[in-house]
Amino acid sequence: MQLARVIGTVVATVKNDSLEGRKLLVVQTLNKDLEPTGKPMVAVDSVGAGVGELVFWCRGKEASFPFKREDTPTDCTIIAIVDSDAHVTQGSRP
Amino acid sequence: MIIARILGTVVSTQKDERLFGKKLLIVRPINVDGSDTTGYVVAVDTVGAGFHERVLVVAGSSARLAQGMKDTPVDAAIVGVIDSVDITKD
Amino acid sequence: MILARVLGNIVATKKNQRYESASIMLCQQVTPEGQETATTVLALNAVDAGVGDTVLIVQEGWSASTTSTGKAGAAIDSAIVGVVDYVDLLKDEK
Repeated sequence: MQLARVIGTVVATVKNDSLEGRKLLVVQTLNKDLEPTGKPMVAVDSVGAGVGELVFWCRGKEASFPFKREDTPTDCTIIAIVDSDAHVTQGSRP
Repeated sequence: MIIARILGTVVSTQKDERLFGKKLLIVRPINVDGSDTTGYVVAVDTVGAGFHERVLVVAGSSARLAQGMKDTPVDAAIVGVIDSVDITKD
Repeated sequence: MILARVLGNIVATKKNQRYESASIMLCQQVTPEGQETATTVLALNAVDAGVGDTVLIVQEGWSASTTSTGKAGAAIDSAIVGVVDYVDLLKDEK
């Protein structure tokens, strides 16, 4: 899983039937200091995230597990919304 | 599967109980000519591989299909010791 | 599996419900020699690892899901499955 910022939305009218009604968001992966790293990606949303929010995503086959897993073609899904930037702590035991 | 050579061992006491008694080795993938690649992976040894040996490593969910690895949380397993690699040059 | 150092944790109230049982840790991959690399990864804490610990992270869905939630099929791609006591490298690798 990786931290990411939601930076936009994708609208696609013609798409796989099983993606019908799913929200597609553009996410920019972040490093531990919440700085952008790598290229932006399109992720399927499973928690109701919005533009500007700090989230994290899951890759691979497991990305389809929040949905009907046999027929949701996704390799990147947003699975949680981080409460705030301050809720990414470093260096002290919670 | 990849060809790798053994770099060392990892010792861990506090771990998932299904990993108890499993030998963890650090291996580095190598090219067919024997030169190093970058990177490494920690793999469970299922064949009794020793230091300085070249080994076969299977990665991903297939690692759980190796002998004795059923229902074990691993993503890489050593499944063979390599005797020799022969490459036909064109 | 990879070796990583635990940097801190992530608080997310709105998340996939399978994530309720374990904490989400921010980790940085390290080399066998213990040097930090640029790669960070989020992993569920299946063994009560703490900040500063060097840990083993499994990056395969079934393994990550069963160790951290007790059941397969969760949208989880990485989990901490061991706390490393020490790494013993061959003499000529040091």
